[in-house]
Amino acid sequence: MSISSTKRKIYKTTMLTLSNVCMAITVALVFFLVIYIFVKSIPYFTWELVSTSPSYLNDTIGVLPDIMNTIYIIFAALLMVLPMGVGTAIYLNEYSNRPRVEKVIEYCIETLAGIPSIIYGLVGMLVFCQFMGLQTSLLAGALTLMIMNLPTIIRTTQESLKTVPQSYREGAFGLGAAKWRVIRTVVLPSCIDGIVTGCILAVGRMMGESAALLFTAGFAHNLNGFFDAMNSAGATLTVALYVYAKEQGQFEVAFVIAAILMFMSLAINITASVLARRIQRRKEA
Amino acid sequence: MFQAEKKFINTEKIAYWVFLVLGVMNVGFVLMICVYLLLAGSPAIVKIGPLDFLFGTQWASTAAQPKFGILPFILTSVYGTIGAIIIGLPLGFFSAVYLAKMCPKKVRMVVEPVVDLLAGIPSVVYGFIGMLVLVPAIREIFGLPDGSGLLAAIIVLAIMILPSIIKVSVTAIEAVPEEYTLGSLALGANKVETIFRVVVPAARSGISAAVVLGVGRAIGEAMAVMMVAGNAANMPYSIFESVRFLTTAVASEMSYSSGLQREALFSIALVLFAFIMIINAILNMLLKKGIKR
Repeated sequence: MSISSTKRKIYKTTMLTLSNVCMAITVALVFFLVIYIFVKSIPYFTWELVSTSPSYLNDTIGVLPDIMNTIYIIFAALLMVLPMGVGTAIYLNEYSNRPRVEKVIEYCIETLAGIPSIIYGLVGMLVFCQFMGLQTSLLAGALTLMIMNLPTIIRTTQESLKTVPQSYREGAFGLGAAKWRVIRTVVLPSCIDGIVTGCILAVGRMMGESAALLFTAGFAHNLNGFFDAMNSAGATLTVALYVYAKEQGQFEVAFVIAAILMFMSLAINITASVLARRIQRRKEA
Repeated sequence: MFQAEKKFINTEKIAYWVFLVLGVMNVGFVLMICVYLLLAGSPAIVKIGPLDFLFGTQWASTAAQPKFGILPFILTSVYGTIGAIIIGLPLGFFSAVYLAKMCPKKVRMVVEPVVDLLAGIPSVVYGFIGMLVLVPAIREIFGLPDGSGLLAAIIVLAIMILPSIIKVSVTAIEAVPEEYTLGSLALGANKVETIFRVVVPAARSGISAAVVLGVGRAIGEAMAVMMVAGNAANMPYSIFESVRFLTTAVASEMSYSSGLQREALFSIALVLFAFIMIINAILNMLLKKGIKR
């Protein structure tokens, strides 16, 4: 009796300690990553670095083109992925009356979510850059990002379509509205925050993507307007970080880019969790 | 009146077809990826010979007598993934148990976003920190000429798969019905025993799904690994060896490749794709099993 009770006590203490220690390690790890990047990069932050293009003549480096490229490519990819993703979610949740078609589409979305980004990069290069003749350009990169982020948008939109009470739809049908009208005027407006959350998550993924853009969007650091940039090669922040850190050994610039990326992912995470909490509250209400 | 009704029906029909087409386009994308990979990847496998390609131990794509054996990459990817799971799974599993069952609500409000942040950090940032912190540390501790290699890659991968493992495991643990806990407590088990001997076994399939998801993440990661693994096409005989993964083998030579070498790179991608499809199938099976029960 007493032996087994000591055994139980030991078991209890070990498991409790293990859980606490592991959680502590995980949290400490995150804090280390964030603090390390921010503290190390502060000395290298100069206004010149974030507001100019790299120049061989003056032998200076600037990351402004990379920042702009990142913004352009996210904007373009979002513009394409939103209608596609929301449309698919609407089809699956509201229209689909053929279970077999629905199943195939669902399976494909799961597959898309599991494919690693390097494969997207290769196929994007084959299809968009070579077959469609777009060359290495931000547009080809944005198209690749669009396919990659479809599952994110579809999933979050589906989730929030599910939270719209069935009675809303029935009420609108009862007033004589047809399906598309019900979706447009009743269903979509009441799940707009879910779609916005999906967009934020997608922006986060696009911002952090690098392997898929290496071969589709290229490495150039030229400062262009939106439409010129779409047609020419350009490095995003992540690709620039890779090139500066790994191939050119410019750690000062790499630290600044890493800090910018870290700051952006912090901002995106906070926004997404605030929104998610709001949706949760509405669901419970 | 009649005209208006006709127009109304048309819009409805158009809307239906537009959404159907948007949905079916997803299927098109998957087919496009499969077809292009098969078209681009199979010629080199045929030319080199499937056995020589898959089980050749030497990769010398730019030599005068080029050799295209990808066994080093396959083994590295497998070892790297197993290593990442060995480190990442216990860490993630116990963290998930803590989050789901032991932690006060207020702590959870803080810790959960922190774990989410881990998922949001771009992979190049992991690679960069790995390059600057981990690689020199490994060099110092083990007294090696160069710290970049399999071990560094394993540690970076283990950290990168943590958020997936934690999130999916938490969901699985929380899905276990409250009655199980209550029953176990009523029989005299203490809280910790209840968690680890009743709740966790009941969440088994969800937790295995978390592992498989982690495997998928780890095997597909390219950039972070490329920055810390050393990138020499060696067989992974020791954990300090400078190695290439399937993903980094493609990425590191793509930009200057040509001819058969380029075709062989696509074949590597095809092999990687095959791995991923198998992992996805297992994942789907596990998730379905979890839902059914």
